[in-house]
Amino acid sequence: MKPVAPKPMPRRFHQARWDEPVIFELSKLGQRGVLLPPVGAAIEREAGNPARALPDAVRRTIPPALPEMSQIHVLRHYARLSQENLGVDLNIDVGQGTCTMKYSPKVNDQLARTPKLTELHPLQDESTAQGILEVMYRLEGMLKEISGMDRVTLQPGAGSSAIYANVCMIRAYHASRGQDKQRDEIITTIFSHPSNAAAAKVAGYKVITLYPDEDGYPDLEALKRAVSDRTAALLITNPEDTGIFNPRIEEFVRVVHAAGGLCSYDQANANGILGITRAREAGFDASHFNLHKTFSTPHGCGGPAAGASCVTGTLVPFLPVPTVEFDGLKYYLDYKRPQSIGKVRPFYGVAPNILRAYAWIMSLGADGLREAAEVAVLNNNYLMKKVLAIRGLSAPYAKGKRRIEQVRYSWEQLTRETGVHSEEIETRAADFGMHYWTSHHPYVVPEPMTLEPTESYSKSDLDEYAAMLKQISEEAYTDPQVIKTAPHNSTVHQTHHEPFDNPDEWAVTWRAYLRKTGQKEG
Amino acid sequence: MPPEKPLIYPYIPNSAPTAKEAMLREVGARNVDEFYSDIPESLRLKRKMKLPEPLLSEAELIRHVDGLMSRNRSTRETLSFLGAGCYQHQVPAVCDEINSRGEFLTAYAGDPYEDHGRFQALFEYESMMAELLNMDVVNVPNYDGFQAAATSLRMAVRITGRTSVLLPANMGADKLSMVTEYLKPDIAIEQLPFNLQTGLLDLAALETKLSERTAAVYFENPSYLGLIETRPDQISAAAHSAGALCVVGVDPLSLGVIRPPVEYGADIVCGDIQTLGIHMHYGGGHGGFIASDDDPKFVMEFPSRLFGIASTIVAGEYGFGDVAYERTSFALREEGKEWVGTAAALWGITAGVYLALMGPQGMVEIGEGLMQRCRYTMQKISRIPGLRVTFADTLHFTEFVVDFSDTGKSAEAVNRALLERDIFGGKDLSAEFPSLGQSVLFCVSEVHSHADLDRLAAALKEVVQ
Repeated sequence: MKPVAPKPMPRRFHQARWDEPVIFELSKLGQRGVLLPPVGAAIEREAGNPARALPDAVRRTIPPALPEMSQIHVLRHYARLSQENLGVDLNIDVGQGTCTMKYSPKVNDQLARTPKLTELHPLQDESTAQGILEVMYRLEGMLKEISGMDRVTLQPGAGSSAIYANVCMIRAYHASRGQDKQRDEIITTIFSHPSNAAAAKVAGYKVITLYPDEDGYPDLEALKRAVSDRTAALLITNPEDTGIFNPRIEEFVRVVHAAGGLCSYDQANANGILGITRAREAGFDASHFNLHKTFSTPHGCGGPAAGASCVTGTLVPFLPVPTVEFDGLKYYLDYKRPQSIGKVRPFYGVAPNILRAYAWIMSLGADGLREAAEVAVLNNNYLMKKVLAIRGLSAPYAKGKRRIEQVRYSWEQLTRETGVHSEEIETRAADFGMHYWTSHHPYVVPEPMTLEPTESYSKSDLDEYAAMLKQISEEAYTDPQVIKTAPHNSTVHQTHHEPFDNPDEWAVTWRAYLRKTGQKEG
Repeated sequence: MPPEKPLIYPYIPNSAPTAKEAMLREVGARNVDEFYSDIPESLRLKRKMKLPEPLLSEAELIRHVDGLMSRNRSTRETLSFLGAGCYQHQVPAVCDEINSRGEFLTAYAGDPYEDHGRFQALFEYESMMAELLNMDVVNVPNYDGFQAAATSLRMAVRITGRTSVLLPANMGADKLSMVTEYLKPDIAIEQLPFNLQTGLLDLAALETKLSERTAAVYFENPSYLGLIETRPDQISAAAHSAGALCVVGVDPLSLGVIRPPVEYGADIVCGDIQTLGIHMHYGGGHGGFIASDDDPKFVMEFPSRLFGIASTIVAGEYGFGDVAYERTSFALREEGKEWVGTAAALWGITAGVYLALMGPQGMVEIGEGLMQRCRYTMQKISRIPGLRVTFADTLHFTEFVVDFSDTGKSAEAVNRALLERDIFGGKDLSAEFPSLGQSVLFCVSEVHSHADLDRLAAALKEVVQ
């Protein structure tokens, strides 16, 4: 036998295509997926059946039209759907810049699955939850050191929720000084995550957005013009979504402080700077981490995640309740915080992710965290070097300079020369078993792509991702139709998108679909 | 001594020195420090972070974390009657199997071509919730039930252009706290009192509080205190006649037996999906839902993702995508509707699995069984001298209030005594609802056997004697 020929690069991929019906189509009358424990004759005798005796105003007469399925059919349906999904476990997940897609260690998932955590009720006596309270206390301690801040709350459900919590604390701080009415503006930058602007707006602020200067740095002069006695705070990401570290960040903070405002550091992009630089040294009053980004907890198709809001003494009185405290003997929850902003979420935070993040830090230590940061940055600069050799691609701003953990690239030239857009490259990437994402709106960088190759990827992973981009670029110049008609190897083919923005046609649920397509009376 | 071997981290492939050197060479850098040249010296941390010594092997890590977790006592080990917003129900094994699969667990924000699976699974979640709720629009989960209520109220304010909302005085203090902070800058909150005899909302007070400023009347059914509001149609009618919307918070697990709120006039329905196949996770298992009719006036006010179905270029193939994306903060930053971000998608997929497993029959049976256990336990406890089941004549779902005032014992003392008998009692309400005296909110579940319920009653009898 002749040896098998070498593998081509990029690989030949085909996504699972189960052609799976929508679950309602799998329903078979009378099937059951699970049985319930019987109530028992004694209870039935004593209690009767109160549900059947409910008054008409509140009694359901027609059972919900859920599918009726045996257990294996439910399992098989969802197992097939899961195969029609990628994730860090399957793909070289460097295409979702700003989101820090890294390996979520399996041992941490295993630890979080213990009934000693999953079956814990948040209101059970503190004496019976000392283990998880200790984990929360210890994780707060670690994040204090990593951020340099004085206290940390783990209550927010995700990064945006942590931004919101920080804005609420800032609002409470100004209110405590009688300046909440006067200070009604929040300043952010366009390369900060959209939730900085959006959460500030919900909290009642007028939002001022700064655009970058010619080198891609946030514009300091624009900031100086924007601050006033109306400034409540600056919410700024650093490094920004461009992967450029703002070297004048201390000056930004000074300018805002001088005007009486506070500063909150969006550290969702902290993966490249662990152990290198911290919110504290830059003078910030608040910051936040996303435990599902930098600290490795899995992204779960979009949550559950976990956010950590970190504050200096200025804002400590306003932290959400409860805080987790230790009196030398036992851990306890402290609700006696009169200036607190109250709750931002039920109970105390996403405990399984708090445990996973704790385990991740424990398995790496200070040296390991710094190693993660340095390798993430090395990977990024390596990938930048590789992909900038691809025709039609550039990295706007800070020409010739290094980047931290990610880069916002532009396909502007490729689009101009071939008519192929970044969105179309996204679709084509699915044919190679890779995730690709353009960028947050608005597209200040034209035809954007943001790559963030965290420490989880090897040199050959990065080479493979670059090889895919190179091939797509070549296709754009030689055979753009193959991109325009993609995907070819995905679960599905090009979807008709028009209905999604047409109220007469859009269907967020199966019943709406049946009604709008005339298959069911509406 | 031989030179120390460099540490190679299993989670960091390029921590191997050979890989590092090759890559540095390729990018023309002498060392990693070069990449940080933009970071001024004054901002550098010039020492090693003070973190615990690492546990580098799985064996050490597991031993350490197991040691910590062994200091927890779970509701599998101790009989628990806690509810108050987080509920112990049987989680079918298939729910955990599906949400543990790496394809779902480790994916994030993929598009419908590469992550078709999550789009379909979440569309199906929306669709099954829609059957439960009898409404056509349900969002991809937001953070939790608190957020769902807060956002539903903000939606009502935007839809009506009015500026105040009525919240029930029988809602939980934590949720009220979160909602208040969320509405604070521009929306006035008024409280709607409840009747101390029935525990239900005071309809006469509702009439007087409604005004042309009222954007929404919000109430919960079942309420935080476990009661079924039996005149919800009158509340919604009053709201509508004042030009306000009716927003109802509901436990979706109750909807096999209790009428979906839209049928008694709700315009927006919201709640938490933790009861649908998600473990309690010490309060970490929450996800929120918001539902409305398929009216663009409502749909365009959702901040959340809404996944929709469409045809593809291939006959017989379903495609999925974002409905009306141009309303979100992802598209419009501060001009979008509130904000959208990572929230609780995996719990949405899980709740879908749960509803598919339960089916119509399962949802009816669980509702009936919960109400039977609840009534049985209430009756049993009400026969104990000195104990009073508050609002005993009102209909209950799974939770009920017991007042210990006549026993001379505080709610806290009762719970302490129960704990000594290896029982987690209910939530102590004495601080949250001082008007209810020394009261405790107990919760029953299908995991409780007849013997468990009798054991609670027997323990209470012992404790108060």
